[in-house]
Amino acid sequence: MAKPRVALFITCLADQFFPQVGECVVKILRRLDVEVTFNPAQTCCGQPAFNTGYRDEARTVARRVLDLYDNADYVVAPSGSCSSMVRVFYPELFEHEPELLHKAQDLQKRFFEFSEFLVKVLKVEDVGARFSHRVTYHDSCHLLRELGVAEAPRQLLRKVQGLDLVEMGDYKLCCGFGGTFSVKFPEVSVPMGQDKIRTATDTGAEYLVAADGGCLMHLAGLIHRQGLPLKTMHLAELLATQEGR
Amino acid sequence: MDFSLYPLYFTLRNWHLTPLMADFDVHSNEIHQLGSETIANPRLAEAYRSSALRLFTHRLNAIGEVPGFERLRDLGREVKRHTIENLDYYLAQFADSVERNGGKVHWASTGSEVCRIVVDIVQESAAREVVKAKTMVGEEVELNRALEAAKIRAVETDLGEFIIQLAGERPAHIVAPAIHKTREQVSDLFAEHVDPQRTLVPEELTALARQALRKMFQTAGVGVSGANFAVAETGTVVTVENEGNIRLCTTVPRVHIALVGIEKLIPRLSDLGIFLRLLGRSGTGQKLTTYTSLLTGPRREREDGPQEMHVVMVDNGRTHSLTDPKMREMLYCIRCGACLNTCPVYRKIGGHAYGWVYSGPIGALVTPEFVGIGQARELPFASSLCGACREVCPVKINIPDLLLHLRSNAQEQAPKPSESLLPERLTFRMWAWVMSRPWAYALGSRFARWGQVVLARQGWIRKIPAYPASQWTRERDFPALAPQTFHERWKKL
Repeated sequence: MAKPRVALFITCLADQFFPQVGECVVKILRRLDVEVTFNPAQTCCGQPAFNTGYRDEARTVARRVLDLYDNADYVVAPSGSCSSMVRVFYPELFEHEPELLHKAQDLQKRFFEFSEFLVKVLKVEDVGARFSHRVTYHDSCHLLRELGVAEAPRQLLRKVQGLDLVEMGDYKLCCGFGGTFSVKFPEVSVPMGQDKIRTATDTGAEYLVAADGGCLMHLAGLIHRQGLPLKTMHLAELLATQEGR
Repeated sequence: MDFSLYPLYFTLRNWHLTPLMADFDVHSNEIHQLGSETIANPRLAEAYRSSALRLFTHRLNAIGEVPGFERLRDLGREVKRHTIENLDYYLAQFADSVERNGGKVHWASTGSEVCRIVVDIVQESAAREVVKAKTMVGEEVELNRALEAAKIRAVETDLGEFIIQLAGERPAHIVAPAIHKTREQVSDLFAEHVDPQRTLVPEELTALARQALRKMFQTAGVGVSGANFAVAETGTVVTVENEGNIRLCTTVPRVHIALVGIEKLIPRLSDLGIFLRLLGRSGTGQKLTTYTSLLTGPRREREDGPQEMHVVMVDNGRTHSLTDPKMREMLYCIRCGACLNTCPVYRKIGGHAYGWVYSGPIGALVTPEFVGIGQARELPFASSLCGACREVCPVKINIPDLLLHLRSNAQEQAPKPSESLLPERLTFRMWAWVMSRPWAYALGSRFARWGQVVLARQGWIRKIPAYPASQWTRERDFPALAPQTFHERWKKL
């Protein structure tokens, strides 16, 4: 079988704040003998506008994405949120424009969140990572409930050498980020995040790992402001780690 | 009489009326202030958190016992979808059935019409006192206020409603209206209004309420109830409860008035089984509630029960949602309250923060739809869109998706006054312009990196003076932009 051609969709958050997440995705995929491409014409998926109720603006941005990946077998994003924007909400956004809807439906079939892609498409669980720490996994809501991906990240984490995976009580509870919710309702978003940090800390974990930059930015921002010991990490970063090698 | 024209009549009238409706006392746009007050009140915050969590856990345990609960949810959804899509047919059938049973049907398109109809019936029956069973429609139309204005004494007989009536409050939860009240507060209220001998024992408090209410049941001339379901085929009004007060309200007084939201219909009696199994388990984690009453017409010869049965069919904004193919789905709701119990936002800010009678995720849909988006434009935004509500909804209403739809309506029809120099819509227009042009995006990235030099310290920004980022940094640090974007680093990979 020819090498699958995978286009990396870097989320705008990762592009601006956590470019190492993208590098880790590339590293892991190349290790798995996948041909990785990146289209520098990409910017954002349009979700911030869509979730804030500005559908025309979201369409302007989303329309571009439909044309960027004609040559890729798969498109992979290190984010459950952007992936659900493309997979779940693009068809809704273009429901009245048949031509674009058709393109959206085609892209929908080829678009995957990173952990989901590894486990479901490449059928890989062990990516050769080593990380000797106690880790808890935070389900980002879009990945969990829009895409229904709960097991893939855990399967990958269980195969990491030395890693001790512990579950939080009430692990499905939202961390309170919620995109623009975090700035529109800071009075609610912040205490929700504090609850999440408390539950994660209660597990005795050193690291909270998640597959979405938004949740991580929110939680890390709270942790840093309060000077707490809990550390946060993107799943792709952890999976690229080969401690002791 | 041909009732088939009535739904059309509803639609046509409300098409124009809905945006003008002003007779709602709504504070939904104060949700930030009201929610913050709950969060800042440790007693209240704990009451909401623990009670919601308790109901949430009861539900989880109860559905675990039912094989095929998922299938039951699908069935319930399908029946509701079918009914709402054919509501004109079932409304006519229900009305015919009620009249055939000897009941009387009234049609009300607004809250004030509901109140006028009820007051007229009470006055005609020469009653001075009304006993009320818990009815969210009654709350919605502020029936108690209207009865009071007509010098009719109305007493709430559901324990929770009784408590909030004494406190002069609105329900804090769809199925548990006094969810926010502690035992001490109930004790204080009872000592003031019911019996000066103060007690903190829950059983004794309940007994006090029961004694006070029993007298009312015996003397009141009219009982007002809501309806959990209305069966079109048989003209049956179905109520579920745990205290027995609804059965008393609907059978002891000479006249029974049922307030029925037009979305409460189900086609056949055989459909009821689906919903009874869904409702009890989703709402309180019960297999069935203690009492399930099927009320089919007034009493017949050699029967007990009311001499008159009136059914008031209530629109009050519902046909407005019916005209929107998307929002129509909201009308599937059976008011179990499961979405409130699971919602992390409701658990934090509580029911009163939503500023009207319905709260939680479903309240964030119902309120803007019923009172108009302008008066409740903040509610669709009061959600992290986590989707926990959809996961528990017994009829699988796609609540996050409907919230997104309402957000779009809010921005189109009721934009918020700008909190910064740059209106939000303009900000997003500029954002879309930049995001559509890779060169502008790259240039913007470069500028932002120069700009943040004054703000960033060791990879973090402690304070951003401009809205909305200032909202972020109130209690959170903001990560500094990475020295290079992935776009720049890709070239070396």
